[in-house]
Amino acid sequence: MWDYSEKVKEHFFNPRNAGALADANAVGEVGSLSCGDALKLMLKVNPQTEVIEDAGFQTFGCGSAIASSSALTELIIGKTIDEARKLTNQDIADFLDGLPPEKMHCSVMGQEALSAAVAAWKGEELEEDDHEEGALICKCFGVDAGMIERAIRNNKLTTLEMVTFYTKAGGGCSSCREPLEDLLADVNTAMVAEGLLNAAEAYVFGAAPAPQKKKAQGFIIPDQPPAPAPPPQPSAPVQIAIPPAPPAPAAAVITAKETISVAKIIEEMRPIFHADGGDVELVDIAESKVFVHMTGACSGCQIASLTLGGLAKRITETLGRPMRVLPVAKT
Amino acid sequence: MQPVYLDNNATTRVFPEVVDAMLPYFSEQFGNASSIHAFGAEVGGALRQARKSLQALIGAAFDHEIIFTSGGTESNNTAIRSALAVQPGRTEIITSTVEHPAILNLCDWLEKHEGVTVHRIPVDGQGRLDIDAYRDALSDRVALVSLMWANNETGTVFPVDGLAELAHGVGALFHTDAVQAVGKLPINLKETDIDMLSLSSHKFHGPKGLGALYLRKGTRFRPLLRGGHQERGRRAGTENAPAIIGLGKAAEMTRVTMDQDIPRIRALRDRLEKGLIQQIGHCFVTGDPHDRLPNTTTVAFEYIEGEAILLKLNQAGIAASSGSACTSGSLEPSHVLRAMNIPFTAAHGAIRFSLSRETSEEDVNRVLDAMPGIIDGLRDMSPFWSADGAVPDGFNPEYA
Repeated sequence: MWDYSEKVKEHFFNPRNAGALADANAVGEVGSLSCGDALKLMLKVNPQTEVIEDAGFQTFGCGSAIASSSALTELIIGKTIDEARKLTNQDIADFLDGLPPEKMHCSVMGQEALSAAVAAWKGEELEEDDHEEGALICKCFGVDAGMIERAIRNNKLTTLEMVTFYTKAGGGCSSCREPLEDLLADVNTAMVAEGLLNAAEAYVFGAAPAPQKKKAQGFIIPDQPPAPAPPPQPSAPVQIAIPPAPPAPAAAVITAKETISVAKIIEEMRPIFHADGGDVELVDIAESKVFVHMTGACSGCQIASLTLGGLAKRITETLGRPMRVLPVAKT
Repeated sequence: MQPVYLDNNATTRVFPEVVDAMLPYFSEQFGNASSIHAFGAEVGGALRQARKSLQALIGAAFDHEIIFTSGGTESNNTAIRSALAVQPGRTEIITSTVEHPAILNLCDWLEKHEGVTVHRIPVDGQGRLDIDAYRDALSDRVALVSLMWANNETGTVFPVDGLAELAHGVGALFHTDAVQAVGKLPINLKETDIDMLSLSSHKFHGPKGLGALYLRKGTRFRPLLRGGHQERGRRAGTENAPAIIGLGKAAEMTRVTMDQDIPRIRALRDRLEKGLIQQIGHCFVTGDPHDRLPNTTTVAFEYIEGEAILLKLNQAGIAASSGSACTSGSLEPSHVLRAMNIPFTAAHGAIRFSLSRETSEEDVNRVLDAMPGIIDGLRDMSPFWSADGAVPDGFNPEYA
């Protein structure tokens, strides 16, 4: 069960102003059956004073959607239209002592219905105006760019997850992830420029100056080995395997001189293995691989693996190209 | 007032007799079954008895066809990965669109990251498998068919025995996720073609954290967990002795009274759903009316949302569950109801009641008393509803 505040529960079980308002003169409707929630907000506005004298709602939705609708009517009754239009979804959430993050879209729905009702009262063509400010981003839940931008601005959203919690956008098939990321980054950038958001908090997408480390589906794409073979790095940490180099024209064939060099290095390093109670011997060399046979305490020993890394490093340095050292069984 | 628990497909109350059977194995009989001394030997004997009790419940030919696991999810993961591992030439899996996430999410992973081709067979409006699509997907590339015995949401039963025969026709292994079926339907595995079956203890009044994989004798197998020799090297790790003994007791109790329990539970379920349909308009039962679990009913109430219904039910002391999006934390309604093409007008308002042998006439009466008022109250608040009936076209929101 959701962690609803007492106030949410109270407004769900005893909603205020529920039901159709017979003499409403401004109505705002948002949502749909397929979305899973919908709200029809009805206002009775005094034509002279523009005071909202009464309000009613009809909501299709979960507990927090009904509670948010109830809270909305309580917040706007007695206010003028101009006062009411300043109301944000956060005001609705605060009135209810908070909503679970995943349910913030319920408060956004309330605020959107209010905007629609106010626009209807003012005689503004909401449909027309709204569609100029943005295309449909999330097709699953019918969320357009305008609504997403308002949610991002009003609530200082800086992550995709929060955008989904507040607007539902991206919560279905998630095929709108990319445009959603773009939009979030653009709006955050604008907010930074307007002094509304700290630059460090802003969501950045594709604008990073250095390597493109893009977060995808919850895991980081590891850095690919650089295309040219890495030059030997004396200070690099011990590596057992150096990423295979792209086939360099002359390097594929092992020369006799190289074989002797490798054998010599192994001979030199054997005392280290002996000290651990084991031994190592050269079995074969092929292209960029050196095959060795390990015996005694060294076979299966983690320390020996590290030593092999040291061996690989020395061979790589001597030959001037990346070489891997692989332990094999002696045939 | 005594709460009414009708969410037995989620989990069941552990029978008090099961708790009693388990308790000594935490304290006096705490030995490791692998030990040579008396402490171990006593536990070993109790584990053998539990295995035999489960064998009897599912009608397995041999007790060593049972591998105890940590639950249905582990059993499913083991079965699927094993079938792929023992048949390197076969890289396809057949499953359905309405399986439990323990199957579907694993298949998604295998498809995305391990080069496995997955056929997801669709279902019709009553949740019945499209047999033609199943036949078309079968080929000698298929390593495993994994189809659930009974659906957790609608209770619709798949004809797994026949489906297994078809799978064997192309040399594929057949696995069934029977987590919802065991204890609710008579099962006699030795008479079937099923190679592997997953079950979970807490769905039939045993403890949580324990399940089993049935593995037909002679079926090639690769363990998921390697380590010690437990379960004949097929599932390493010290046996969860108290839980296994609890499962054994629950299996025995379930088997002994099953013949009387099933008709009684079915009659209660039928009375519940008939009563709901009669009292409340604009609602319908989902699933296959002819072949369904006796304890399960999912009723879709149009023009209202499931979480709101559940909250009101909870206030009335009644526990049920919902296929609605809002309760699950996802934003879309149940994948099962969507696969069945249940319209959105109803899918959001689907409520599942799942009974057990502990369900009483009084429990059903309580639900029948409470539901009409709850549904009416929520519909009165719905913009898709007016007092003289549903008005789905009268409401045109700004975005849709």
